[in-house]
Amino acid sequence: MTTPSQDIVERDAAAPEPAALTPTVNITEDDNGITLTADLPGATRDALSLRVDGDTLTLEAPIQLGESATLEPLYVERRAGRYLRSFTLSRELDSTRIDAALKDGVLTLRLPKLEQARPRRIEVRAA
Amino acid sequence: MYPSLLNFPGDLFAEVDALQRQMDRLLGSRGSTSSIRAVERGSFPAVNIGSTQDAIEIYVFAPGIDPGRVELTVDKGLLTIAGERQFPRADAGAKTSVYARERVEGTFRRVIALPEDADAERVDANYRDGVLRIRVQRREALRPRRIEVRDAA
Repeated sequence: MTTPSQDIVERDAAAPEPAALTPTVNITEDDNGITLTADLPGATRDALSLRVDGDTLTLEAPIQLGESATLEPLYVERRAGRYLRSFTLSRELDSTRIDAALKDGVLTLRLPKLEQARPRRIEVRAA
Repeated sequence: MYPSLLNFPGDLFAEVDALQRQMDRLLGSRGSTSSIRAVERGSFPAVNIGSTQDAIEIYVFAPGIDPGRVELTVDKGLLTIAGERQFPRADAGAKTSVYARERVEGTFRRVIALPEDADAERVDANYRDGVLRIRVQRREALRPRRIEVRDAA
């Protein structure tokens, strides 16, 4: 079994991609589904990519600030050029009915549960 | 082994960042001198500052705020950005489980020292896609003047 650090090195050598920042998220669950909100300042609706691959949801967006071409950095806290984060979805979520909205850099995702996965009361029969 | 199930080891930069934060805590970040107004790494909102020949450009990463309620002031060469972020309140009655609460909520304040040639009268700001862009014009450098040498006779 490869150690985690070995795994990262192999993966990195195979696909050198631009640096990515992990966006912060809030995730809550209620009876009808999961709500995820993510901070993506600098992301625009047309460049935001939301992909569901099997049971993995991947969120990716380039950071577009529109800086002047001759801008010289003086103090930089956010170096990365894009946001990237993946989540493993569980089977009771309906990945075909994901609702997504992006406003002022905040992405709100609503992942509803499949009909049969909603909490049901189980009637206890008198034996 | 990992502090949270939400973060997996594939994210090299988060690991380096976490390691740097640990080092800061252990060494007290006194290894390098920092600005007297420096804030802790990872504070909200993050700020990028750059300069061109005629202006200073400041980018404040503050998604989900009300730009009308941001207080932007320039005083004695210090630019202060203060505001508040509030999340829409979910109805308290619903049975909700919280799995992650990484996004910061509450009041924030950043103070940036502007360079000497920044013109406090010409500051422009706009808010788009969660980024507050502030542009401070720089005063034009005085053109070199030619001094006539008088004949003292």
